[in-house]
Amino acid sequence: MAAAAAALEAVAPTGALWGLVQDFVMGQQEGPADQVAADVKSGSYTVLQVVEALGSSLENPEPRTRARGIQLLSQVLLQCHSLLLEKEVVHLILFYENRLKDHHLVIPSVLQGLRALSLCVALPPGLAVSVLKAIFQEVHVQSLPQVDRHTVYSIITNFMRTREEELKGLGADFTFGFIQVMDGEKDPRNLLVAFRIVHDLISRDYSLGPFAEELFEVTSCYFPIDFTPPPNDPHGIQREDLILSLRAVLASTPRFAEFLLPLLIEKVDSEILSAKLDSLQTLNACCAVYGQKELKDFLPSLWASIRREVFQTASERVEAEGLAALNSLTACLSRSVLRADAEDLLDSFLSNILQDCRHHLCEPDMKLVWPSAKLLQAAAGASARACDHITSNVLPLLLEQFHKHSQSNQRRTILEMILGFLKLQQKWSYEDKDERPLSGFKDQLCSLVFMALTDPSTQLQLVGIRTLTVLGAQPDLLSSGDLELAVGHLYRLSFLEEDSQSCRVAALEASGTLATLYPVAFSSHLVPRLAGELCIEESDLARGDGPTKCSRHRRCLQALSAISTHASIVKETLPLLLQHLRQMNKGNTVAGTSEVIAVCQSLQQVAEKCQQDPESCWYFHQTAIPCLLALAVQASMPEKEHPVLKKVLLQDEVLAAMVSVIGTATTHLSPDLAAQSVAHIVPLFLDGNITFLPENSFPGRFQPFQDGSSGQRRLVALLMAFVCSLPRNVEIPQLNQLMRELLELSCCHNCPFSSTAAAKCFAGLLNKHPAGQQLDEFLQLAVDKVEAGLSSGPYRSQAFTLLLWVTKALVLRYHPLSSCLTDRLVGLLSDPELGPAAADGFSLLMSDCTEVLTRAGHAEVRIMFRQRFFTDNVPALVRGFHAAPRDVKPNYLKGLSHVLNRLPKPVLLPELPTLLSLLLEALSCPDSVVQLSTLSCLQPLLLEAPQVMSLHVDTLVTKFLNLSSSPSMAVRIAALQCMHAVTHLPTPVLLPYKLQVIRALAKPLDDKKRLVRKEAVSARGEWFLLGSPGS
Amino acid sequence: MGGGLLENANPLIYERSGERPVTAGEEDEQVPDSIDAREIFDIRRCRARAGSRGPGRGAESPFLHLPHLIRSINDPEHPLTLEELNVVEQVRVQVSHSQRPGERLVWESQKVSDPESTVAVAFTPTIPHCSMATLIGLSIKVKLLRSLPQRFKLDVHITPGTHASEHAVNKQLADKERVAAALENTHLLEVVNQCLSARS
Repeated sequence: MAAAAAALEAVAPTGALWGLVQDFVMGQQEGPADQVAADVKSGSYTVLQVVEALGSSLENPEPRTRARGIQLLSQVLLQCHSLLLEKEVVHLILFYENRLKDHHLVIPSVLQGLRALSLCVALPPGLAVSVLKAIFQEVHVQSLPQVDRHTVYSIITNFMRTREEELKGLGADFTFGFIQVMDGEKDPRNLLVAFRIVHDLISRDYSLGPFAEELFEVTSCYFPIDFTPPPNDPHGIQREDLILSLRAVLASTPRFAEFLLPLLIEKVDSEILSAKLDSLQTLNACCAVYGQKELKDFLPSLWASIRREVFQTASERVEAEGLAALNSLTACLSRSVLRADAEDLLDSFLSNILQDCRHHLCEPDMKLVWPSAKLLQAAAGASARACDHITSNVLPLLLEQFHKHSQSNQRRTILEMILGFLKLQQKWSYEDKDERPLSGFKDQLCSLVFMALTDPSTQLQLVGIRTLTVLGAQPDLLSSGDLELAVGHLYRLSFLEEDSQSCRVAALEASGTLATLYPVAFSSHLVPRLAGELCIEESDLARGDGPTKCSRHRRCLQALSAISTHASIVKETLPLLLQHLRQMNKGNTVAGTSEVIAVCQSLQQVAEKCQQDPESCWYFHQTAIPCLLALAVQASMPEKEHPVLKKVLLQDEVLAAMVSVIGTATTHLSPDLAAQSVAHIVPLFLDGNITFLPENSFPGRFQPFQDGSSGQRRLVALLMAFVCSLPRNVEIPQLNQLMRELLELSCCHNCPFSSTAAAKCFAGLLNKHPAGQQLDEFLQLAVDKVEAGLSSGPYRSQAFTLLLWVTKALVLRYHPLSSCLTDRLVGLLSDPELGPAAADGFSLLMSDCTEVLTRAGHAEVRIMFRQRFFTDNVPALVRGFHAAPRDVKPNYLKGLSHVLNRLPKPVLLPELPTLLSLLLEALSCPDSVVQLSTLSCLQPLLLEAPQVMSLHVDTLVTKFLNLSSSPSMAVRIAALQCMHAVTHLPTPVLLPYKLQVIRALAKPLDDKKRLVRKEAVSARGEWFLLGSPGS
Repeated sequence: MGGGLLENANPLIYERSGERPVTAGEEDEQVPDSIDAREIFDIRRCRARAGSRGPGRGAESPFLHLPHLIRSINDPEHPLTLEELNVVEQVRVQVSHSQRPGERLVWESQKVSDPESTVAVAFTPTIPHCSMATLIGLSIKVKLLRSLPQRFKLDVHITPGTHASEHAVNKQLADKERVAAALENTHLLEVVNQCLSARS
């Protein structure tokens, strides 16, 4: 009974199996294969049982049936190869090898089976070789379809991965077999695999035997790759993929050199740009593995080709690749280890280059001077030895040429070349001081640079300044005497007149760079002179000695901030600047607003330079900030004696300049130092605690939040600069009181400056405050305040400003309440009084602020806030626009165009179809701000989404042409730029408009403004070229 | 490009003048700016092959920096602009407005008081036998035709004494019908357009 049951159980599954097999083989259904494979995996049947069930179909005389049978087996094996036992594998392999001789219809399934077996871990030694031999012998791979060829490559790849030793036992036969397999391959998908295999053959050191040349032939016949993927190619193979994998093969071994180099030389000469580039890049790659031996015979031709390309090409890319190839060739020659008796090819190669290029360097007016210099520099950049060789030849020549040519522009070219060679020196460090090739030329170079610095030509001076910087960067090159002279020149250049602005800027920059290297030279030779200059000016200014004195004064401040790049220099310049500021605000001199701002700007630059060094940063903070606050508090004291003078420090622009100094000096403070500082500054504003200020004897109390004068209230801006720049983890004392005071101040004053500052400060703190009950309380307070203010009359605009800033703070950190507040703002767009301001408010919401809510000031700014704002609010804006009465529609358009304008273009593109009609409507809006912003929004879209835009070409062309006669010059310019951008739409769409446009654009050609005419000329020229031959 | 021999492989190269700085007057909506020689000269400029004369030149080629100026018309033979080859110079560009001296141009709603203005441009071929002279002249002429208001009369000619067949070339360039006929010729138009296009 039990035995019968067991027998039944054994039969039942095999019965089911038999049915599945029949369905697959005879019924031509695909499903059963997976079913069988799943059952084998789950252990219901063994592979043997599958074979038995297939039995008759595998021996069927009809090849289609046999093929189907083998296909089923192969599919099962592909899924279950890991379960096979060694014994099974042996039998299966024998079976499959044998089947390779079968009818061609069967072959694809056989190959699939072999692929499955090639993945088998249990494959006994020897079988891999036998499978490959059988394939090489029995199958003519290139007559198979692409998929099956791919299978063969996969089998080979699998074996190479797991049976490397065995395959190497085959010796060169394996290589030869593979050569035959891939010979004639055409499909890019297969080529990628085949190239990979060849690369492995070479890099894993398989024996190539006598077949190196054949292997080269079979791969190099694809060079240079000329393949354009079909449109909508599902395989996603790019031309670049093929180029790189072929290059990896060709450049993988020196054994190909004798065949490859002639090929490359031939292809560099090709007419086709891509072939040139590919050849030069391949040459570049080869140099990584080649040595002198491989290159020896080809050097003259290689040099001739590269030289020709660099001398004659019109393409910057060819030039760049040619130079890169020369660089690696030289590097390769420099690197090779030589046998004792061999001659060093590097020297003769470099001599060749020098011989061909030297004479061009003597003609600084001719076209070839720069290509020659670039070639020499490319070679010199390859190794210390090459650099030495070339520099020692070229530098004396150039020095001599400099003196031979007297015109400034010739000298400039020569000096610029010298500069290029000097820069290359920095790549190599010389251990021994005497070995440095420059030390012999130092004096000549210095005198030449100083000559350039005193030349009347600005261009020559500029190059001189750059050269001086590079010379200074050479360790131990300049003597202290040279430095003193150099500092003297920089001092002079820093005071140049307005028309050589660029030179002055360069001199300041050079001073900054050199000051980090030679702080002593600058503090002993430059700082005292600048200090003296400031003092002299003081008395001259008092006599009212004209604007030139003022500007000298300003130059001096700029120079002081430019050289504050070293901690020790800051310790001298900062006290000078602060002293100067104090002096300006003391007693009898009347300083102008711009003077004070200039000092603040200098201070701000110094602060920026201190940010990276924690010690200088703290030094700056604790020195400058109490001083600035003390001056401001002093100025805010009610006093009768010097009312005009005091007011200077309280003016909007001066306070803004101080705000940026304080902000910059605070953002990089470490949290514990910041905590020390905050413990002084907050009590100063809340309680009037002035003890930490220097010179703290003031005539009155400092109470900006209580009933202090309006001057005192304005100083809240300084508080804002400080607390809004603190790191997020610094705790602010008396925060609750501070927030309430700020809120109070933000809504009830007739001084917009202080109420806005308070609103900004409130928003800045809100943005950084951690989520929680306290934050919710602050928000509730703010919302109540805003609503109260918006409903009643006198403080509506202040309440609106508060709303705007609070919204901004929340939008930036993705706070849930932000959507309510933005809805409130959108609602205000239809407010007759606040509507235009609300529209402009969107610009503020989307832009980056400078004083508060900045990333640098540690505010919480989420990266995608603009995108998010766009998706959340644009539908509401669009709805609002359609629903709004006619007279407030422009507000919606304006708001919308501010949002779109700031949005990254990739985000905007998919939204275009829905918004485009609105944008086109905005073009007809009479408000020129809307027109301008819409045009600047459309212009990039014309370039990036021509397909979408071309649907609206009629409207676009008409509206742009209309706007090109707008009364506003900026709109006319933007409209013409759009007209130019329109030419990027597909030409067939535009051709019907060509004549009309060309005629219409004749009018702006005669515009009264030159800038408009310029755009018209450029747009019209482009339209003429449309659809014209040669464009 | 393909290694063919050039008529003049290593020509002299001249400095390019910088961008014309924008003055405050030009930014003022109210002040009219008259068309002057520099503006005509600038009509010739187009992007030169950046970097051909030294480092630091490559950066200045953003999108709208295209061939809107004559001094930047490309030489048919070299990847250089006419300005760099000194084929055109600002001193050889003359604009004359037919007005009494001292009187300023008045634009009144685009109506101009000087309907007759003349632009004369002289260009200098790099070598006296330059076979490209006619072509260069034609390119300049076409560029000016496309870029100037119709009220301007154009006179494009070779700088006296700088070309072997100066007279013949000048005659061709002055003949309106021949210029028009030349532009009907597709091949010629193609070459001219190439000179006027931006090089990549």
